[in-house]
Amino acid sequence: MNNSDFSLQPRIPSIMVTDEEIDFRQYLSATELSVIEHEVSIMETREAAGIEALKIVQKYRGWISDDSLIAIAQCLQMSSAQLEGVATFYNLIYRQKVGHYVIHLCDSISCHLTGYDEILKVIQTYLGIGYGQTTPDGEFTLLSNVCLGSCDKSPAMMINGQHYHSLTNESVVSILNGLSKNAGDIV
Amino acid sequence: MTSKNWLAQALSQALTKPLTHLVNLDQPLDFEGYVQAGGYIGATKALTQLTPKEVLAIVSDSGLKGRGGAGFPTGMKWSCVPALQEQSNQAQPSYLICNGDEMEPGTFKDRYLLEGVPQQLIEAMIIASYTISADKAFLFLRGEYQLAATRLQQAIDQAYENNWLGKNIQGTNYQLDLYLHTSAGRYICGEETALINALEGKRAIPRAKPPFPQVSGLFGKPTVVNNVETLSNLPHILKHGSQWFKDLSPHSDPGTKMYSACGQVKNPGVWELPMGVTIRELLYDYAGGMKEGVKLKGLLPGGASTDFLVEQHLDTPMDFDSIAKAGSRLGTGGLIVLDDKHCPVAMVLNLLRFFAQESCGWCTPCRDGTPWAVEILTRIEQGKGSLADMAQLADLCDFMWLGKTHCALAPGAVEPLKSAMRYFKDDFEQHIELGCCPYQSNSNEQQQESQGVQPELAKRVTAGVNQGGENDE
Ligand SMILES: Cc1cc2nc3c(=O)[nH]c(=O)nc-3n(C[C@H](O)[C@H](O)[C@H](O)COP(=O)(O)O)c2cc1C
Ligand code: SF4
Ligand code: FES
Repeated sequence: MNNSDFSLQPRIPSIMVTDEEIDFRQYLSATELSVIEHEVSIMETREAAGIEALKIVQKYRGWISDDSLIAIAQCLQMSSAQLEGVATFYNLIYRQKVGHYVIHLCDSISCHLTGYDEILKVIQTYLGIGYGQTTPDGEFTLLSNVCLGSCDKSPAMMINGQHYHSLTNESVVSILNGLSKNAGDIV
Repeated sequence: MTSKNWLAQALSQALTKPLTHLVNLDQPLDFEGYVQAGGYIGATKALTQLTPKEVLAIVSDSGLKGRGGAGFPTGMKWSCVPALQEQSNQAQPSYLICNGDEMEPGTFKDRYLLEGVPQQLIEAMIIASYTISADKAFLFLRGEYQLAATRLQQAIDQAYENNWLGKNIQGTNYQLDLYLHTSAGRYICGEETALINALEGKRAIPRAKPPFPQVSGLFGKPTVVNNVETLSNLPHILKHGSQWFKDLSPHSDPGTKMYSACGQVKNPGVWELPMGVTIRELLYDYAGGMKEGVKLKGLLPGGASTDFLVEQHLDTPMDFDSIAKAGSRLGTGGLIVLDDKHCPVAMVLNLLRFFAQESCGWCTPCRDGTPWAVEILTRIEQGKGSLADMAQLADLCDFMWLGKTHCALAPGAVEPLKSAMRYFKDDFEQHIELGCCPYQSNSNEQQQESQGVQPELAKRVTAGVNQGGENDE
């Protein structure tokens, strides 16, 4: 949810999900539950598995919806408000629906010195979106990222966990072309 | 090169480049290959011939200092763990955490070790865990390093298969479980107490110290947090002895160091060199000097949170004391090189925007000071600044300095800012006098401002998907 969703207006009660309406045993898949329980078995508290739980659910569902958040919180026997505090703290947890491909463009110092601003313009023109936005067809989301550890091969970006480096205006277009072709194929 | 040739070549450097001689980024050694190349000799020695206190004595004697940024002596850090204190025989077990968060802009040295020789880090963590009597160890890795995560998990699995992890390791009665935790991303997770909170599933906000983690850390137990590179030295110190380690460097700080260079240099990269090479050697002999057509303007010697150094400092040895004497910090040993065609104000603005975005928000000077500095720097970069702004920036540097915040993030933000205002004062003033940026390049720092860097939002600068909810708290 972006900042405007957190304005002073209360949510409309009829669509508000209450914690009681979700049964985490039904909501979470067997795989998700087993990963979470494995993590719990390593840690000394249930809530310590929270970040791992958010990540596994996001891996299968793309993002963390309010329902997912409530289900995970129930599973870990913590309040959903507390888990929301955790979820919103971390950069790689998405609390809003994202596209099939999430582009994380590095905007830190080495990429600044080697011209990520040009790459940003190319991506924005190609996709017609800015930071934090998703293309209307739901294929691409554009986000910034702090230093990706490819500073010797900057500018750099990461798309769905895959790293790309030494970016040029041309290479970034061909990467996006390649992904656009696959669009719709991926599950 | 055939693998036999590769190995012969690698082994010929075993004594001079201990950390990296086995690095293979395309296909790192598996367990067997690593053992054949001399791996696990150090761990065997530690676990079967030495007591934890004897290992501690060797590591202390080697003079190894932490490579995570602060340069704290590793032996001294470990010796605070109750299990290693003279009086206690029955101390509770402790935790070892390897800090592989590496999110400091301009730093990519740990990645090289994590991806290139994962087995070495697992051996190192076993040695450290044994020494501090840990029965559980966590490898905390930044979430973006997915290739490293896959390789490290394989290395961990193979260590279990070969009885280097689990129960009765190599027939001893020592037992250790080692887990890989990949982070969900936030620079502050690299601060050791924030990291501990992250592992506990909380918001990664640092903890007040004391108590220090060695006494009360993860889940309230004694905990040691060490950097990837620091730990990676251990197998070699155990194998070749502390005197060998001291002899690696002609300077007072022993060992080798992972150095790197990025920015406006011809040949950016990462190199393992004897501790204390000069900045000049690193910049010209290894990084190939400045790119065609540009001159050196200044550099950050050890990542984003260190003070600028300039031409006159080029002959400074890159060791902890010498760099400190020159007015900066060795930090992570990663040069970030600025040329004369890029605007220093824009560079500092980029750095401060990073710190403002990544501040955890606990301390007022940092939470409010970093976005305030971003606001002022933006104004100056756009040519709308005044001399009063310079005075305000100087005040902010004081407000955010050491001792006024709970962790070193804010002072780390001050370092490049304050030093830039000193060495590049003319550039700042030119922006103010001309009413515009005298450098035509990199306008991006201005452009982004129009997308909504408000002081109150700057904490999470790029508002959007992953930044929601912060202002709700
Ligand atoms: C904001 C901040 C970020 C840090 N990030 C890292 C990091 O990514 N990796 C790291 O090893 N140390 C980092 N540190 C330093 C750690 O707090 C800690 O000193 C270090 O992990 C100790 O390891 P060492 O004794 O082996 O150097 C950071 C410190 C601060 C204040
Ligand atoms: S200095 Fe900044 S990052 Fe560190 S604890 Fe304070 S607010 Fe958080
Ligand atoms: S600054 Fe972009 S990868 Fe490091």
